[in-house]
Amino acid sequence: MSLRKPSKEQPESFKFNSSSLEAAKTIVAKYPKDKQQSAVMALLYIVQKQNNNWIPLAAMKYIGKFLDMPYIKVYEVATFYTMYNLAPVGKHFIQICTTTPCMIRGAYKLVEACKEKISDNENELSKDKNCSWTEVECLGACVNAPMMQINDEYYEDLDKEKTIKILNTILNGKTPKPGSYRGRTNNEPENNRKTLMDLKNA
Amino acid sequence: MLKLKVNEIDVEVEEGLTVLQACEKAGIEIPRFCYHEKLSIAGNCRMCLVEIEKSPKPVASCAMPATEGMNIKTNTEFVEKARKGVMEFLLANHPLDCPVCDQGGECDLQDQSMFYGVDKSRYKENKREVSEKNMGPLIKTQMTRCIHCTRCVRFATEIAGVPEIGAIGRGEEMQITTYLEQSMESELSANVVDLCPVGALTSKPYVFEARPWELKKTESIDVMDAVGTNIRVDTYGWEVKRILPRINEDINEEWISDKTRYACDGLLNQRLDTPYIKYNGKFEKASWNEVFNIIKSKLKNVDKDKICGIAGDLVNMETLYIFKEFFNKTLGSYNIESRTDHSYLNPEKRENYLFNSKINGIEEADFIFMVGSNPRYEATILNARIRKAYLQNKTKIVSFNNIGELTYPYESLDGDIENIKKIIENNHEISNMIKNAKKPLIIFGQSSLKSESAKYIFESIKTFLEKNEKISKEWNSLNIISKNASTVGSFDLGVYKTEDGSNEVLKNLENHVFEIVYLLGVDNLKLEKKNEFIIYQGSHGDKGAEIADIILPGAAYTEQNGYFTNLEGKLQKAYKASYPPEEAKEDWLIINELAEVMNHRKLFNDKDELDSSMLNQINLFIEKNNSIKSSNLENLEFKQEILKIDIEDYYYSNAIARASKTMLECKNAKINLKLTGTEG
Ligand code: SF4
Ligand code: FES
Ligand code: FES
Repeated sequence: MSLRKPSKEQPESFKFNSSSLEAAKTIVAKYPKDKQQSAVMALLYIVQKQNNNWIPLAAMKYIGKFLDMPYIKVYEVATFYTMYNLAPVGKHFIQICTTTPCMIRGAYKLVEACKEKISDNENELSKDKNCSWTEVECLGACVNAPMMQINDEYYEDLDKEKTIKILNTILNGKTPKPGSYRGRTNNEPENNRKTLMDLKNA
Repeated sequence: MLKLKVNEIDVEVEEGLTVLQACEKAGIEIPRFCYHEKLSIAGNCRMCLVEIEKSPKPVASCAMPATEGMNIKTNTEFVEKARKGVMEFLLANHPLDCPVCDQGGECDLQDQSMFYGVDKSRYKENKREVSEKNMGPLIKTQMTRCIHCTRCVRFATEIAGVPEIGAIGRGEEMQITTYLEQSMESELSANVVDLCPVGALTSKPYVFEARPWELKKTESIDVMDAVGTNIRVDTYGWEVKRILPRINEDINEEWISDKTRYACDGLLNQRLDTPYIKYNGKFEKASWNEVFNIIKSKLKNVDKDKICGIAGDLVNMETLYIFKEFFNKTLGSYNIESRTDHSYLNPEKRENYLFNSKINGIEEADFIFMVGSNPRYEATILNARIRKAYLQNKTKIVSFNNIGELTYPYESLDGDIENIKKIIENNHEISNMIKNAKKPLIIFGQSSLKSESAKYIFESIKTFLEKNEKISKEWNSLNIISKNASTVGSFDLGVYKTEDGSNEVLKNLENHVFEIVYLLGVDNLKLEKKNEFIIYQGSHGDKGAEIADIILPGAAYTEQNGYFTNLEGKLQKAYKASYPPEEAKEDWLIINELAEVMNHRKLFNDKDELDSSMLNQINLFIEKNNSIKSSNLENLEFKQEILKIDIEDYYYSNAIARASKTMLECKNAKINLKLTGTEG
């Protein structure tokens, strides 16, 4: 992993839109007075959501003012966590888990699929400028390895063909169905549950 | 009190101390990088690991509170191994460039790795490289050397009050940087150079100038402002190479301002190194004899009431004293003054021109009211103390004017003198705030003492404070921030002439009453010269020398022993670290020799006689009861006026600073910062 630098091209200014503002206020309200700084991570995430999956510097300044904390502290947080994108990524942002369990189950096949369908390199926009992909560490769905995340949804139990199919759907502007691609319910065994049958929500 | 054991030695320590502090009490040194007494605890370097009985793992002593019955060990194999391990990790990415590193010889990492480290590295991988950062004209960065102790980050946030430095990224990629790489907007910024335990942040103007062991070190006192910061002057031959802080908990703690530290290159430029005489508007070199004889013939032929002497901002007390003696005894004149503007002075009591609550006292204050003062620029170190007070006690701070960004939040009034009237008539919320405060602090700055209503402002507030018993033996809330290093000293020695608080000498000077004017290191005087014959004695070819007819080359503060009294009235001595250049002489000597030429008799046989005579005099002068009579104060006139705050050119405030290239760069950096507007 290398230090992620903020993008060279930056928008002049940033502002929350009304729904983001609403969300931000709800979050800030959860913290005691004078401790509103604690909301910084959540707010960065809201920015990322509003701003096509990445956080411009102007937004860090904006949050600094919003929470009455120094810009540099916001900047520190944003550079610390890899899940904050500091440079533009695709509107459809594909994250492929390549940590051990997924890797053993063939995660690099999914990477190949991305290279074929989206772009040769990580963090590079596809031809239609709508997609980009990156490798990430464990996303916590190891039981359904290999898997990838597209924006807020998980796509699990994949292989190369299935990935290509999903990517095609996306490139055609449609939303693929999230979840297991081998017909599992969450992470239950294939062909349904064999134990704890008497519990409904086990 | 807690009882505990360190290496089997029994010690008793106060509650609330850390294990590291307890070890120090027991006389045991703990190696450290991130821990610093004056900063918050970070606990991120792990160099201070110790063994504590019953704890299976080594413990970071700087972050661990001491508790009753602890058994701490610092000399076991376990601790040694832990230290070696930490050292090895710290050095994994640290470059081996000590031969070209300015920190070499005074580097904590170097010293501690000699002591606690291993002599071999097992690290075969590539070392990381971090690009240099732009931190302005004073701080040179070499970030590959950084060990991420975050001392600089904590200093900027806590002491300097400019949270502009931060640690970005994580793990191996962690870097220290200022926000988007711009210089720190603080007058204390260069203290991070002292704090940085390695060579990551070093001094830019001092780059590759000298090695610490080549320098002669002299303990001294700073003269850039009236605070009397304690400094150490490092010289190489004649040249002052650098100035560092000396710890004095009562005054500057461990910090010095950037001006104190970096104006010293001004000591090398524009020096007056030989006497000069002006013929037809041109200066020509002369000998001491020539100039003394010309001065003698001039002085002998003029009525003594037509002669005046003005003392400048950087003059030490010995010189002030002999200057006064020269005027009173040799010339028989009393026209001497040390104020170079029309500021108000009531010398009846010493408390009228001192910072009576003391710099230390700021921390105890529960309410601070500033009248016509901008402490950030007038007394930077004192301002750091106010910030400290604010951080510790959330002290309420109100300023009579809006004075822009300070390093702490404050409320401001609109600067209308009407408000003073309301305050003293109990008609203003401030009145109650002062009355209700146990230890209020009223700070008068130069701008208030220079204004037209100065007398009214000062005397009426003082009376108000007296009435409400805020001026007493236990707590004196009356505080004046003096302008210059020489101010309090010259008032103590009586270098002023006043009946009603005004500056009579200056008034007469402006009305061209005087025929001969003797300027002793005066460079901040706005004077329209007519027919006056001007003698200038000083160290730099600055504004004073420009208008002079005769120049007597003197010495700067690092080139002669001299006493200074700081704004709280503390007498301190600056020691000679270097010597005056070429023909130039120590200032007291010049006046003594001139007196000899005039009267065939020296004023003093030697410096010792001068010193002891002066010290005797101070005690006599201090509680004098002259000039302003109380009757003068009864009907103070009120004048409608808006108090203006003089914005002094901080980096250009005296002759030495004006001769300094570094100060010029600071000034430009600041202007650029303002122009790009990146700070907001
Ligand atoms: S630059 Fe120096 S003071 Fe700052 S974190 Fe690095 S080593 Fe510490
Ligand atoms: S390893 Fe891929 S989700 Fe955990
Ligand atoms: S000094 Fe204790 S962790 Fe750095």
